Amino acid sequence: MSHYSLKELDQIANQVRQDIVEMLVTAGSGHSAGPLGMADVFTALYFGGVLNHDPKRPNWPDRDRVVLCNGHICPVLYATLARAGYFPVSELKTLRKFGSRLQGHPHRGSLPGIENSSGPVAHSSSVAVGLAYAAKMDKKKWQVYCLVGDGEQQEGQTWEAVMFAGKHHLDNLTFIMDRNNIQIDGYTEDVMPLEPLKEKYEAFRWCVIEVDGHNIEAIIDAINEAKAIFEKPVMIIAHTIPGKGIDFMEWQYSWHGKVPKPEEARKALRELRTLKGKIRSEDE
Amino acid sequence: MSAVKEAKLVKNLLDEKAIERIPTRDGYGEGLVEAGKRDPNVVVLCADLSDSTRSLMFQKVFPERFIETGIAEQNMMGLAAGLALAGKVPFLSTYAVFCPGINWSQLRVCVCQNDANVKLTGAHAGISVGPDGMSHQGLEDIAITRCLPGLVVLAPCDSVETKKATLAAAKYKGPIYLRFAREKTPVFTTDGTPFKIGQAEVFWTSPKPQVTIVACGPLVYEALLAAEKLEDKGLGAEVINCHTIKPLDTKTILKSVKKTGAVVTVEEHQIIGGLGSAVAELLGESCPVPMRRIGVRDRWGESGEPEELLEVFKLKSKNIVQAAEEVVKAK
Repeated sequence: MSHYSLKELDQIANQVRQDIVEMLVTAGSGHSAGPLGMADVFTALYFGGVLNHDPKRPNWPDRDRVVLCNGHICPVLYATLARAGYFPVSELKTLRKFGSRLQGHPHRGSLPGIENSSGPVAHSSSVAVGLAYAAKMDKKKWQVYCLVGDGEQQEGQTWEAVMFAGKHHLDNLTFIMDRNNIQIDGYTEDVMPLEPLKEKYEAFRWCVIEVDGHNIEAIIDAINEAKAIFEKPVMIIAHTIPGKGIDFMEWQYSWHGKVPKPEEARKALRELRTLKGKIRSEDE
Repeated sequence: MSAVKEAKLVKNLLDEKAIERIPTRDGYGEGLVEAGKRDPNVVVLCADLSDSTRSLMFQKVFPERFIETGIAEQNMMGLAAGLALAGKVPFLSTYAVFCPGINWSQLRVCVCQNDANVKLTGAHAGISVGPDGMSHQGLEDIAITRCLPGLVVLAPCDSVETKKATLAAAKYKGPIYLRFAREKTPVFTTDGTPFKIGQAEVFWTSPKPQVTIVACGPLVYEALLAAEKLEDKGLGAEVINCHTIKPLDTKTILKSVKKTGAVVTVEEHQIIGGLGSAVAELLGESCPVPMRRIGVRDRWGESGEPEELLEVFKLKSKNIVQAAEEVVKAK
């Protein structure tokens, strides 16, 4: 059960989005669309009462493991971890700077809460499966959550990992896909069509749950549903809007690997802080 | 006979006809079983090649710790990283051309950048793979592994040493790549022969050595045969078993080179990027002397009988002798 009300969870997600914009404009490089799109999923995961973890004990042996496979969206992971108490929020502005613990793509050992080094997509899906298999071998109760992108479903390795997990009935494994329909060169269905995704995963002996990636309550329900499914690993396909929360970014694939310039960031932050003009913000 | 006493090599060392021959992969299989007995965290992954990699030996004793991945080497590397992050000691078993051949990126990021305690092994390394032909003859694996920070690279010289290397790899904390061969090769070390990761062993010292032969893998035997032939011709040699290509034992190599002033390297690998290149890098910076590399000379292998191929590709003792003479002349 979450300590937060749904309203508070929405506020946390909004704060995470602000953190992302501030981090990216300060860093001067990085990825915007994915992190903003996944702010609600990460908020649900870390604050929704579904993850068994302790920010004060990042190496607690029985913690659930969270693997970020599409490592380039790490700004949302970093912001969520900071807000959850793994490290100071003030450190977020050091993203991508020389000497920072917040490396451009996650590096294991650099920062509490980072389970795995990632970068080239699809690689870490196998790492997540390996973690889940190890837990099964040792009859441990901890779960493995692996965040994946949709573009990376084009990588063959994804299906090697998926096939293995299906064979071994890894029901302690839950993948959550950022189904935002974009990648660098355009929309996924134009670049290299992925559909039908649900049927593909089911053919590999997974259970699939589809969810609105911006409905925190529904995401929490989906994760709880996944935990209750035995005999099969679960893929939660979270349908998201790339760049969600900032109207000039939403649905634009050009914002996949671009960051806002200072004036764009100011506009974005104003939008987030005033909930698109609905409330007053102390900035004004 | 100038075999170094402390190396405790076999008694009939240079008797090519009588010496026992066992495939180095058998040493790996035995080492795996022993490692499995010593440490319950040792697990073995195999990509559909359990018999020829001898990982089957482990499967028979510890079936619950054997993980068949099917023909999916990229996944195998990532799985191993995940298992290692959860406290297991995974050994990967497939051919060198597949691992690190196919899964180099996963090795780089999932294993090395995670500093994951994974032991990858490359079976069927070398030209002596034979009839399968060029696609299966792993000749580039040392080049693509020694360039990765933090990865230890081992090439044991015979079956006895391969077993020791496997056990040492299981104990070592950090990623290791270990290559071995397909064919029956001479067993010339004994249980008493020292083996320590990162410590090259001098196996042969002539009274007045004129050339240092740095070799790795089963061809160390050819280097010893060459050393005897050289002595017969009045040319002394030192032979170093350089089983650890990374981290290179620069101290032992330089100590010998300062004595001899000439170097021949020997490996069943391309002359680009392997042991020869590692030694050339060292010599170039610390002790430039005339040098020749014995190895495959930047060309592909082909089908043939293993012994035939070693002859054709000039990887025999007579080729080492010739290179030694050239390099001494160039001093």
